[in-house]
Amino acid sequence: MSTDSHEINVTVNGTACRRTVESRLLLSDFLRHDLLLAGTHVGCEHGVCGACTVIFDGAAVRSCLMFAAQADGHAIMTVEGLAADREHLHPLQESMRDCHGLQCGYCTPGILMTMKVFLDETPSPDEAQIREALSGNLCRCTGYQHIVEAMQLAAQRLRG
Amino acid sequence: MKPAPFRYVAAHSIEEALQLKAEYGDEARFLAGGQSLVPTMNFRLTQPAMLIDINLLAELAGVKNGMAERVHIGALTRYRSLERDPATERNLPLIHEALPHIAHPQIRNRGTIGGNLAHADPASEMPAIVVALAGRLRALSTKGERWIAAPDFFVGALSTALEPDEMLMEIELPVAPPHSGACFMEVSRRRGDFAIIGVACTVRLDDDGRCVEARIGLCNAGDGPVFAADASESLAGRQIGTPEIKEAAERVQNSIDPGGSIHASKDFQRHIAGVLTGRALATANERARREH
Repeated sequence: MSTDSHEINVTVNGTACRRTVESRLLLSDFLRHDLLLAGTHVGCEHGVCGACTVIFDGAAVRSCLMFAAQADGHAIMTVEGLAADREHLHPLQESMRDCHGLQCGYCTPGILMTMKVFLDETPSPDEAQIREALSGNLCRCTGYQHIVEAMQLAAQRLRG
Repeated sequence: MKPAPFRYVAAHSIEEALQLKAEYGDEARFLAGGQSLVPTMNFRLTQPAMLIDINLLAELAGVKNGMAERVHIGALTRYRSLERDPATERNLPLIHEALPHIAHPQIRNRGTIGGNLAHADPASEMPAIVVALAGRLRALSTKGERWIAAPDFFVGALSTALEPDEMLMEIELPVAPPHSGACFMEVSRRRGDFAIIGVACTVRLDDDGRCVEARIGLCNAGDGPVFAADASESLAGRQIGTPEIKEAAERVQNSIDPGGSIHASKDFQRHIAGVLTGRALATANERARREH
């Protein structure tokens, strides 16, 4: 079968990019290999672990369950787009560091992107809401407790 | 863990999507939310020659609440928009209660009701709900349209009555009537996992609090969504109390043939089906009484 390719225009972390992609290229692989944004991690590649979560048109989605071709005309935010500049972490990242919300860090980018949308939409969540929002992101190191605490702190910091 | 090569076409109209499906038949698959299809492609369990992306077809998305007694949900309506729709909470309380059980927020942001129903996973919540509510599904092809009653739509595990050239367009469900209550309950190993057993039930009462109609659907209790006809019919005309609930739960247990798995034996599934039927019926009945 000959390669089926498509030209796509996609905005990633505020930067417009034009690329030609093969139909079967997963959005996760496009971000990592074509745009060299390796902060988006790939865990299970079948939508279970949440490590590849990115923000697609404002909604947290699994980038391993979308094709790059589907991103044509859309806006994506990855973990590289969270912090305002190289000197300052985003309050979510800062809170994860302060509360020891990560150990190996593999799941962290997915968790940050999931919780970015969640805290934007739910600025004063209770613990149960945080745990529900986190349910689609697996972490094998922390036992989640420190992540939950980090999110409570982040919510407080983001409220100002 | 990468899909086999395929041709990708983003359809710009329903006509274009149907033309392609008519031409390619079973070789082509519609791509809606992709939350069930793409994992199977990543595992290469599914290797379609063509994906017809229908995500640009905005007319396929949305809930129409215009009619008094029926709700029409477009096939491309995402779970997330149902979750946030106050009319769905009011008109389709069964769906509203089931939504948090359907995978995780990220999956619900993409997953669509039509994609879920056309995938026809026996463990999935929505097929059991559509069967419990006696919904209808509209299929369209270049040759014309037809309405399919829910029990006829689900043919078996991962298999539906849709012809190779047909697309699922919308789902028609009855609005929850007055003096009725609904309840959805599910047991899974972890939040968002596939159901070990799920029970969807509705109860409608008359002015004296007697059951006019009860409907019980189950997920992961057989090859497809199960409508527990025997148990449902046993409740009509009776005041629903502890003995009636116990009887219905036993009828459910006797009528199902769950598949069993390494996570839950057949006997365990049957046990859970009885327990959940009892609890869900009692809750639905209580809610119907409060409606009085």
